[in-house]
Amino acid sequence: MTISIRSVEKKFGRYPALNKVDLEIADGELLALLGPSGSGKTTLLRTIAGLEFPDEGQVLFDGEDVTYASAAARRVGFVFQQYALFKHMTVAKNIAFGLDVRKGQDKPSKAEIARRVEDLLKLVELEGLGQRYPSQLSGGQRQRVALSRALAVQPSVLLLDEPFGALDATVRKSLRRELRRVHDATGVTTIFVTHDQEEALELADRVAILNQGRIEQIGTPDQVHDQPASAFVCGFVGEANSFQGEVSSGRFSAGALALPASGVRDGAAMAYVRPHDFVLDDAGFEVRVDRAHVQGALTTVNATTLDGRRIEISASRAEAARFQGAVRVAARKAHVYAA
Amino acid sequence: MSAVATRHRRATDDPTWAKVLVIGTVMAFLALVLILPLVAVFAEALRKGLDAALAAVSNPDALAAVKLTLITAAIAVPFNAVFGLCASWAIAKHDFWGKPFLITLIDLPFSVSPVVAGLIYVLVFGLQGWMGEWLLDNDLKIIFAVPGIVLATIFVTFPFVARELIPLMQEQGTSEEEAAVSMGASGLYTFWRVTAPNVRWGLLYGVLLCNARAMGEFGAVSVVSGHIRGLTNTMPLHVEILYNEYDFVGAFAVAALLCLLAVVTLLLKTALEVAQPDVRAGRGGH
Amino acid sequence: MWRARTLDDDQTMTADTAERRPPAKRPLFRRRSAIPGFGLTMGVTLSVLSLIVLIPLSAVVLKAAQQSPAEFWTVATSQRALAAYRLTFGAAFVAALVNGIFGVLTAWALVRYDFPGKTIVNALVDLPFALPTAVAGIALATLYSPNGWIGQFLTPLGIKAAYNPIGVTIALIFIGLPFVVRTIEPVLRDAAEDVEEAAASLGASRFDTIVRIVLPALAPAWLTGFALAFARGVGEYGSVIFIAGNMPYKSEIAPLLIIIQLEQFEYARAATIAVVMLAVSFTMLLVINAIQAWSRRFA
Repeated sequence: MTISIRSVEKKFGRYPALNKVDLEIADGELLALLGPSGSGKTTLLRTIAGLEFPDEGQVLFDGEDVTYASAAARRVGFVFQQYALFKHMTVAKNIAFGLDVRKGQDKPSKAEIARRVEDLLKLVELEGLGQRYPSQLSGGQRQRVALSRALAVQPSVLLLDEPFGALDATVRKSLRRELRRVHDATGVTTIFVTHDQEEALELADRVAILNQGRIEQIGTPDQVHDQPASAFVCGFVGEANSFQGEVSSGRFSAGALALPASGVRDGAAMAYVRPHDFVLDDAGFEVRVDRAHVQGALTTVNATTLDGRRIEISASRAEAARFQGAVRVAARKAHVYAA
Repeated sequence: MSAVATRHRRATDDPTWAKVLVIGTVMAFLALVLILPLVAVFAEALRKGLDAALAAVSNPDALAAVKLTLITAAIAVPFNAVFGLCASWAIAKHDFWGKPFLITLIDLPFSVSPVVAGLIYVLVFGLQGWMGEWLLDNDLKIIFAVPGIVLATIFVTFPFVARELIPLMQEQGTSEEEAAVSMGASGLYTFWRVTAPNVRWGLLYGVLLCNARAMGEFGAVSVVSGHIRGLTNTMPLHVEILYNEYDFVGAFAVAALLCLLAVVTLLLKTALEVAQPDVRAGRGGH
Repeated sequence: MWRARTLDDDQTMTADTAERRPPAKRPLFRRRSAIPGFGLTMGVTLSVLSLIVLIPLSAVVLKAAQQSPAEFWTVATSQRALAAYRLTFGAAFVAALVNGIFGVLTAWALVRYDFPGKTIVNALVDLPFALPTAVAGIALATLYSPNGWIGQFLTPLGIKAAYNPIGVTIALIFIGLPFVVRTIEPVLRDAAEDVEEAAASLGASRFDTIVRIVLPALAPAWLTGFALAFARGVGEYGSVIFIAGNMPYKSEIAPLLIIIQLEQFEYARAATIAVVMLAVSFTMLLVINAIQAWSRRFA
């Protein structure tokens, strides 16, 4: 199912949570809404779900206007950050809930419901735990129950609100892979909200970066990482050294650092260089190495420029020995934005 | 255009018709069960005019009843307040085995019928009770006299202050007191300067409820009092006597006074809850 | 003569010398906590508790125990006593049920809705706690007597509210009103909204969400409130005695039976009925604790 969000605005009191948001989501894609807290990503997700209603704008499912349709009418599957499982029901009853509440023709037979529950338990690898209660499950297991409960109603879109936020790191990593696997198995359009850029970049087909109620950029993980559209995106996604300086005639300069900046207007500007984009170059500018620390396959180098700026360089393990004392480095790639 | 959005019901809101129905039903029920009796008291008290009502509350027997009620409360409430402070200090600030058991024991008077509460003291202090002979020999009267009334009142209002303070102090923890003690403060100093300011609103709340019950207690006091007009009648007992003599104006006039007490209690309680929302740390029915 | 310990001292401190020093004596009363005053406050607490509550309560049990078991049983289960129990427990049960229904509605309105007069309603709920029971008693008796404000409408319908079990039930409804409300309120207030949103997103109507998700979650609190209202109603005297009618075998509540036995100096019999009532109270306490424990299983 395709989703269109057109010029959606939402205020909470005087606080603009969503500020003219436009977004087109393709059928079957796995989209991440990424941004810091307060960026509006959860509000946007809840607006798609029907748990919030926009002040202005439209939400369309396959071209049909559902802007003010109730959550129950939209057939979305929603997974909450705190799982929101029904504590007084078994796992099986939780998963079956969306089917149990249907009335009349729509309601499948008891046998059919039981079969679906079994299939879903198998899908999320929780076979045999159907008769347990949520309080008897671990956090990761609870989240998988929440996921299968949302899938049981065969929703047209699956929405997840920071689904792994309440879990610890190892569980988070394994559940990420689960989510991808389940998505590929079911093919349902999936949107998830996260503030963890590593998670977004690893999982999603496309990533939408939100900041203060606006979408700053939408693109594939590679696109938002390698071609950030704004200073915010550049700083938020991946690591970056930032430099404050001036652009004049297509060249950026900040102290000893000089970078090409074609297409950027003259005046004050910010430049960002990723740590792995600094390379040893005799024609570059001089820095003094404070510390070179080997970590796995990489060397992290902390250095200071001649005018006192601290930068971080990421090099391969093999080059660690060369980063000593005073070296010359150059930026082979940089992102410059007018300030 | 935001009116459009607000017209649409959020998933966790009830439909308007349901809200109206629920609120209407609740208000009707409360009006019938609570407000009507309250209004009836004042209406009956004033049936023969304000003068008759005032006369009923200012005759010697009525005044004696008021005086006894006040004396009883003046003894019972501070007694239970001090007990409550001791008990909550011991329970909340220290560790020992059997805490839930002790708390249950302190709560016992709540589960006991007021008549039984009176009975137990008759069995101990009455003429045929354990101490009956001894009291007679020493010309002391507890049952059918003021001390018995005070004792019975202390029993029924026993847990009120403790129940407020124990959860409150437990929630507040021991770190402030430990800090004070580690700096050399004595127990009493710590209690006075560190604990008391933290619990003063809970204490006030408990005292308020304790007082309302102490002044209004009927069943237990009825058993121990002997109903001697002018001597061992509290206000509630006086109400009973007048009512049974068909002196309705008199009975309701005194009852109206007690109603005023109740209303003032509720006002103070509400004011406290609004000003200090944390005052009810220990929730749950009385 | 004191001198500072030097390294030599340490090195010469062998196992022998260490053993020859007697171990420090363990204090008899281990400090329970860093905070002083335990002994005093605990002592006061226990002695007051014993003197005021425990010892007098035991007097009732001992008095009842002065009879033989057979005598005890005869008094406890006499026809008059059984009639009194039926009335007291029956009325308390019905009253608690009524309060259970309206209590949920009241708590729901207080927690979920905003309406004019909400503060007054909230304060009013506690009126039965603040109002002396005798005052409530005469007010209700007057309201429901045959020509009372309400009674006058019921008489033509053939309903006699005062001086019979219906009156008792009405009085106990008044008395027990705050219990269910105040027990459910905090649970409802703390209830997370996301479960309701989850149910809605799965296609449940508002009605289904409330009936299948919200109310079951309230069950332990409701049962606790019900049990508290019931327990309170069973022992109630002041508000009931005026409206009850007090005819033996017909409209006599158990506490009145105790008083009548007392007035006839039948102390043992009074104590017997009292013991039965205490047993019921303690059972209710156990039931309430059991409900709490059961609810924790799902938390």
